[in-house]
Amino acid sequence: MTDTNTLLKTPLYDLHVELGGKMVPFAGYAMPVQYPLGVMKEHNHTREKAGLFDVSHMGQAYVRSNDGSDPIKHLEKIMPSALAVLKPGKMRYTVLLNEAGGIEDDLMVTRTHEPDGMAYIVVNAAFKDKDYDLIEKSLGDNLNLEPLEDRALLALQGPQAESVLAEIAPEVANLGFMEATSVTLEGVVCWVARCGYTGEDGYEISVPEEFADAFARRLLAHEDVEAIGLGARDSLRLEPGLCLSGHDFDGSKSPVEANISFCLGKKRKEAGDFIGADRILKELAEGVDTLRVGILPSGRAPAREGTEIANAEGTVIGVITSGGFGPTVGGPIAMGYVPADYSAEGTEVNLIVRGKAMPAKVAAMPFVEQRYKRKS
Amino acid sequence: MIKYTEDHEWIAVDGDIATIGITDHAQNALGDVVFVELPEVGAAYGQGDDAAVVESVKAASEVYAPISGEVTEVNSALEDDPSLVNSSATDAGWFFKLKIADSNELDEMMDEDAYSDFIAD
Repeated sequence: MTDTNTLLKTPLYDLHVELGGKMVPFAGYAMPVQYPLGVMKEHNHTREKAGLFDVSHMGQAYVRSNDGSDPIKHLEKIMPSALAVLKPGKMRYTVLLNEAGGIEDDLMVTRTHEPDGMAYIVVNAAFKDKDYDLIEKSLGDNLNLEPLEDRALLALQGPQAESVLAEIAPEVANLGFMEATSVTLEGVVCWVARCGYTGEDGYEISVPEEFADAFARRLLAHEDVEAIGLGARDSLRLEPGLCLSGHDFDGSKSPVEANISFCLGKKRKEAGDFIGADRILKELAEGVDTLRVGILPSGRAPAREGTEIANAEGTVIGVITSGGFGPTVGGPIAMGYVPADYSAEGTEVNLIVRGKAMPAKVAAMPFVEQRYKRKS
Repeated sequence: MIKYTEDHEWIAVDGDIATIGITDHAQNALGDVVFVELPEVGAAYGQGDDAAVVESVKAASEVYAPISGEVTEVNSALEDDPSLVNSSATDAGWFFKLKIADSNELDEMMDEDAYSDFIAD
């Protein structure tokens, strides 16, 4: 059992408790899994209006150069996306690779507006230390990684996120998907990025920790905004088919196997100038043995992480890596790894739930349409 | 007569038939129920055996047979509307009925007052 006294607290801990959040240990932090509204309503509220998430447990850091070189160019050694081409204020979803071409974590990389091309990164809470180590080791002496320990991070997600935040700072409406900039919110300089991980339009807002509580309260005072916990956060990211680090990849899966080849930069693939490129380029050329797919159980029983996937003959061919109930879908959804032969949409498989074979089909993802706000 | 277990099941006894569900306290702790796996009619259980499964958005939880007996009826309404467990835990959200094999097993269970004290601790 985790001793709750040793858990870290985000700057919003007192607010979570005050709101009636059910606090649980998560990645070393005491975090709200749900509020009195409940997971289902929190999920639906985010899809219909706007949900506020405390993601302060995630790792925010700057990467700077000591010698005038472009720090983001150096990050490309361990991240296979086209990052160096990012213009100031542009960001990308990418992955942190190991020598074997496996995904250690996924993260967001932004080029800030500073003239030295400083990078701002956001990594998953559970892998903060590991990620920082990996990045520092790979960067050499000419770069510094500076964790931003005194910042909180809030995510405002949902179709009303823009109108809510624009009441405080109208300029946020001008940001396109995957763009970020400094915005003064109630007199405080904050960093606002139009991104998120729910499939909805929305923002991630990095604020000084001493401003977090007041700013969260300001947002929650809006009739369109509800506080959302980890439970709904999980179902909201599962429906658009988004991977969960440590579950849908664990250091062994490549971006090709994880079916997120979109994060590989075209020119980066041609150059093959990142660690693990041998394997990844080979998989792109020759195909992979196993692939992450969407799985739609035919019945109503959810298939959770770890559920075995079997073929019609009863042979176990794979495993569910994320699964549960999708409130917007109105039924169980899952994703997992199957042999490439079984990866075609509509392929019939069985899920072994509590010893019984439950029929299911390989399904197209996303399960729920992604509604990011792209500039026309 | 209604009795309660430490596993948060309620048992309503009518003659030799026991109707079984989970308490309001339990449904509240579970959160939104999205699926209930019910036993087969005719299945025989000993006290404490796994008899049903209730799944919330986040997790699956076992429901035990609080008393030995044979399943005479299941609440098939839960198949279409599992949320009855949340909205009506102690009435429309019942799980299954058992023909009681040994009514002495009821003696050890809590009555309503004792259960209220139990969940207050």
